[in-house]
Amino acid sequence: MEALNNYGIVLALLGAALAALVPGMASAKAVSMGGIAGAGVIAEDPSLFGKVLILQLLPGTQGIYGLIIAFITFSQIGVLGGSSDISFVKGALYFAACLPMIIVGYTSAIRQANASVASIGTVAKKPDQFGKAMIFPAMVETYAILAVLISILAVSGVTGLNI
Amino acid sequence: MALLPMQRIYIYALKKDRKKILELLQRRGVVEVRSMLKEDKVFNKSDASVVMQSLEKNISIAAESLDILNTYVKENKSMLSALSGRQELTVEDYDSFKVKYKPVVDKAKRIIELSKIIAENKADVFRLQTQIEILTPWVNLDIPLNFKGTKQTTGFIGTLPKPWTLEEIYEKLADYMPLDVDIISSTKEQTCVFVLCTNDNKDKVYEILRGLEFTLPPLSSDKSPAEQLDLLKQQIDMANSNIVVATEEMESYAMDRNELKFLQDYDTMRLEKYEVIGTLLQSKNVFIISGFIAEKDIKAIEEELTSSFDLAFETTEPRKRDDVPILYKNNGFSEPLEGTVNSYSPPGRGEMDPTTVMSLFYYALFGLMLSDAGYGFIIAAACAFGLIKFKNTIEKPMKNTLKMYMFCGIATIFWGIIFSSYFGDIFDVVGKTFFGVTDLPIIPPVWFYPVEKPMLMLTFSMAIGIVHLLTGLAMKGYQMAKQKEYMGIIYDVVFWYVLLLSGVVILLSSEMVTNILGINVNLSDVVIDIAKIAALVSALGIILTNGRESKNPFKRILKGLYALYGISGYLSDILSYSRLLALGLATGIIGTVVNQMAAMTAGGALGPIFFTIIVIIGHALNLMINALGAYVHTNRLQYVEFFGKFYEGGGKVFKPFGINTKYYRIKESTKYGSIK
Repeated sequence: MEALNNYGIVLALLGAALAALVPGMASAKAVSMGGIAGAGVIAEDPSLFGKVLILQLLPGTQGIYGLIIAFITFSQIGVLGGSSDISFVKGALYFAACLPMIIVGYTSAIRQANASVASIGTVAKKPDQFGKAMIFPAMVETYAILAVLISILAVSGVTGLNI
Repeated sequence: MALLPMQRIYIYALKKDRKKILELLQRRGVVEVRSMLKEDKVFNKSDASVVMQSLEKNISIAAESLDILNTYVKENKSMLSALSGRQELTVEDYDSFKVKYKPVVDKAKRIIELSKIIAENKADVFRLQTQIEILTPWVNLDIPLNFKGTKQTTGFIGTLPKPWTLEEIYEKLADYMPLDVDIISSTKEQTCVFVLCTNDNKDKVYEILRGLEFTLPPLSSDKSPAEQLDLLKQQIDMANSNIVVATEEMESYAMDRNELKFLQDYDTMRLEKYEVIGTLLQSKNVFIISGFIAEKDIKAIEEELTSSFDLAFETTEPRKRDDVPILYKNNGFSEPLEGTVNSYSPPGRGEMDPTTVMSLFYYALFGLMLSDAGYGFIIAAACAFGLIKFKNTIEKPMKNTLKMYMFCGIATIFWGIIFSSYFGDIFDVVGKTFFGVTDLPIIPPVWFYPVEKPMLMLTFSMAIGIVHLLTGLAMKGYQMAKQKEYMGIIYDVVFWYVLLLSGVVILLSSEMVTNILGINVNLSDVVIDIAKIAALVSALGIILTNGRESKNPFKRILKGLYALYGISGYLSDILSYSRLLALGLATGIIGTVVNQMAAMTAGGALGPIFFTIIVIIGHALNLMINALGAYVHTNRLQYVEFFGKFYEGGGKVFKPFGINTKYYRIKESTKYGSIK
């Protein structure tokens, strides 16, 4: 068990790295989906650029949320300076705390991109309906926000545990 | 916070004044024309579609000529020109354009023609250059390319693939002497040859040449290649000089750009006028304008019209089933958000204008999500600069947008100070890295650091959410009071208020919840008991009354139970405000990361330079991304959570008959509507 304790930090860092990696990957794909749809719209009507850009960027936030979780975990486990004395159990808990962000971040970004692409289609046909079109992808984001919230609370909660 | 009361308006006037009356109304821009009367034997609508078509054509000619002109002579536009709005013109300028109208249309047509001439000549130059390329290898041939031979001889002019020497060709044709072979030119790809033989041998010589893949030149002319080349060059020169002349003429029209713009605007205005004329009821001598007008504008327009024309002017209350157009009246603080309400939906029949109440929350929520004093300052300062610099000419929609972001920026500064975020933690980082300050933080937060106490921030976010939702519910009550449904207020608003508030009290009394939230609440047992009883009573009330539209008592209770289940909706609504925490943290943490990265490079002589570059780029990106997030999610909280409690929309915005031009506006008519 003593030997295992050396690996606590590994698990914790793995969780943090995945939190940046997986939602980041998904956001990259999601934003590119929006970009492809948007490029077609701009070819028809360049004046819609601003609106389409907003819709394209909406599913990009999951990557940023992932970054936040990674950064908070880094600072809690002492990777950014400080001690990194973390037991195996604690490392595993950090890993678990990152899971909501890793998984929900991935799936919600792709789903949100689908809604974004559909909304870009709406704006292409009816630019004045932008306000409503923007809300549909924003609804999907709620779940990414809930995931980031739980991960934040869990990561900062684990730090307080004495194990 | 209000909508202006509207009236139906009818103007009965003589046809001879039609043009003047319509132009006056158009310049005032206070009447929305709608056809509300039926056609009959005397009064009917005239067909304006022919005129409208020709106007539309002229508008597109003007727009096209301007586009063309811009590709030849770039217009000097500063980056901020979008803010400066349309130029002002006097009525006299407008009227005097009539004289210039025809020549300007001709100019626009000429510009389009010139661009065609230039394009055609460019295509010619291209074609001629290809011909020159083909002819160049033949330039040393002193007879025409279509030379077929003399009485006794036959000539073959053409090319053989690959380089050939004279000897090699003579060798192939040795059997058919006498003959003469000339090599005109020879390159790696091909050899241009001239073969002259006697008529007896011509078929056989041709056969051998064909065996060597002899091909005739793609051009044929009765002039020698050198002469032909000269001719082609002359033609190219001619085409080029045509292009120069046409381009020069085109460039000379750059001075008339403003006239072309005016033509586009002028006909846009006329088009709008004819659109209105098409909807008017007219008899032989009389025409009738019908529509809507805001009550406050009636007096002025009535005086102006009746003093200069013979007409009858009548206004009445709108009928019950009228789709009365919406015209807002809000103060400068809330006005910028009318557009946000419109993009959800303007207030429907009998609804109130939610803009003022919304504006308070809108700015506050935006600021809370961005929550960085530095970013807020940048946004507010940039908007204020635009507003001051262009304060005389800026158009209303642009002005409102800038004002909205300015207020959002101010709110952001406020929350940034509360949570001590100035470009992340720039003061601390700069102090520590460059000046060795150890007494951190330099500026402590007025309240607390959200990163250090996320649970407290979460509680605060949800508390704001509860206030926001209850305000929405109160708006519903206010609306019901206006429609005199007093019992409905008790059923749909008061019961819910009691239930939600007592629910909050009960939750706060449980140790588990207070532990999670990390707050200390000491409630006496009496208060908790009262809350429990109140919750029960109000829940019962909701079950009994919220299904009241059904007569069947059984169905009614079921519907009431379902309405009570709506409490779960409130729960998810309140949780939704946790995005205030998530987005606020996102701004702060990314800002901190940027500062840390910058601090890593800060050593050495060039350190401060790298530091500055990283800080500027990093924070610019962070500001962009998070301002976008704050904007989108503020809208979401307003549209979904807040409006969901009381607002339906479905109205139509007041669209007055006015001047919706692109480049110019008429000086006295900028009150309403004439803005786009």
